[in-house]
Amino acid sequence: MAKARLIGDRTSRVMVQAMERRAADVRGRVFQFSLLTTLLISLFILGVLIADVMIDAWGLLTGRPGGFLSGTMRSLSDDPKLGVQQALVGTFWIAVFVAVLAFPIGIGAAIWLEEYAPRNRFTRFIELNIRNLAGVPSIVYGLLGLFLFVQSLGDLTGGKSIAAAGITLAILVLPIVIITAQEAIRAVPQGLKEGAYGVGATKWTMIRSQVLPYAAPGIFTGTLLSMSRGIGEAAPLLLVGAVSGRLGGNPGFFDLSAINAESFMAMPVIIVEWVQNSGRDPGFAEAAAAAIVVLLVFVILMNAAAILLRNHFEKKRG
Amino acid sequence: MQAISGSMANEMVEPEATPHLHLDIDRTGQAAVPDDTGDPVFEVEDLSVYYGDFRAVQGATFTVYEHEITAMIGPSGCGKTTVLRCFNRMNDLIPTARVEGRLNFRNVSLYDPRVDPVEVRRRIGMVFQKPNPFPKSIYDNVAFGPRVTGMAKKKGDLDDIVERSLHRAALWDEVHDRMKDSALGLSGGQQQRLCIARAIAVDPDVLLMDEPCSALDPIATTRIEDLMQEIKDDYTIVIVTHNMQQAARISNRTAFFTAQLDSTTDQRSGLLVEYDRTETIFSNPSDERTENYVTGRFG
Repeated sequence: MAKARLIGDRTSRVMVQAMERRAADVRGRVFQFSLLTTLLISLFILGVLIADVMIDAWGLLTGRPGGFLSGTMRSLSDDPKLGVQQALVGTFWIAVFVAVLAFPIGIGAAIWLEEYAPRNRFTRFIELNIRNLAGVPSIVYGLLGLFLFVQSLGDLTGGKSIAAAGITLAILVLPIVIITAQEAIRAVPQGLKEGAYGVGATKWTMIRSQVLPYAAPGIFTGTLLSMSRGIGEAAPLLLVGAVSGRLGGNPGFFDLSAINAESFMAMPVIIVEWVQNSGRDPGFAEAAAAAIVVLLVFVILMNAAAILLRNHFEKKRG
Repeated sequence: MQAISGSMANEMVEPEATPHLHLDIDRTGQAAVPDDTGDPVFEVEDLSVYYGDFRAVQGATFTVYEHEITAMIGPSGCGKTTVLRCFNRMNDLIPTARVEGRLNFRNVSLYDPRVDPVEVRRRIGMVFQKPNPFPKSIYDNVAFGPRVTGMAKKKGDLDDIVERSLHRAALWDEVHDRMKDSALGLSGGQQQRLCIARAIAVDPDVLLMDEPCSALDPIATTRIEDLMQEIKDDYTIVIVTHNMQQAARISNRTAFFTAQLDSTTDQRSGLLVEYDRTETIFSNPSDERTENYVTGRFG
């Protein structure tokens, strides 16, 4: 009988009225819309920036793209040999330094902190300081690099050299590398670790066979993103002495003697330099815009590499 | 600090008086032991486990015998999993965990400083509550243990071990044609049987199972239970279960734990109430709390 009443005419009308949505969820809609707005604002600003730079750089990059990439620093903007070759070489080798120094040291430190460090005050103090270091302004790292790697260890690095700049930027990104690697390692399920221990794996075997493969995608994404941040830094490089004068002609990309040569150039610094020059020679504004595009492409290529690596390791971990 | 000596089982002294405990087994392993009982595998005496200041288990005393299935039952928070994780020193992974009392495995004190936990876990395998296959191929999951312990000298040896282990875990027929596929593609029940295969691949002496069926459906549960019956002649099995019917169905002995409020510290800690043959625990328990639990009046 109860069932019969439920499907009765009157009750079903009541049900329909109750079940049908009476009013639109205004607040929910407003919230959703404002979220979309914030996203569109940031995308719009980014789009304007890129469009502005592209418009400025268009003439130069379409006119002689090869010449601009292989050209060098010149005193006049209409010099047909003007280009970013020295800066590209500098940035490439700085990136190599960051990869060789910051990645192994940072990932190693992260493994120790997550898997070996005792959970005590000292460890927490270290972790807090690493987080603070990630927020230190880059110019401070430039000062450190100037005193430590240019002056004190000048004999090793060759003074104001690519080596000094590379080590400085490696230290700059080190805290970020450690933090992102720590996050990736912490996300490894406890069940995997226990499973490995459960069949008689040693700690090292467990880390090598379970923790590192599982954390690899996150570690690679994080470290390569921190690298793209590092190579975009201009301030510390100005302090450790990226210079426009006394640069050798066209240093080869793999000319190792250029690493500790007494002068070098890097992409962010050449942009600063040319923007400054645009006051006396407006043509340099176009060159600066073109250099920005080149640096952007460099960073995009690196991020693409990060994504490819991440996908590769994600596929491997199943 | 650990108050555990490295002495042998036959040097064991009488435990301190624990009047609420009902124990019909003789700790010297002679008199009250029925004829069909095998050698003692684990001898637990006055075992207490602490996490920091919190006492999770207080003074448990019982003996696990060879080629039997020993079940540990009891309500949540009664410390049964904690005790199980002492048996292969898995509690070592928790930095604050600390063990007092005596825990002997085949006459070796497990918590003796000279004992290597890696060797312990090689001999005392574990199957976990949630199936935890590695994100690798089915083959590599089973081959993992033999590889890290250096069991297989030749490539063919490893293939043999993997096949044998999968056969014993009653999984071979379902996976033999897709050994290279990811283990994560298996169903929950298959994953748990894979974890059993992985555990027995290193040829352990004991298999610890921590609620191995709690994440599985009844059909998968039945398969695991059948499997346990088949392999208990070769291994000694200790299983923690929430499921009393499961304990009654499969185990030879049952330990009933409960959580007891300590009036001095106002904390609950696990207590072994009664340990006996399973049919005794379920048909004629000595302790009222056991009877209340197994008849469903509490817990």
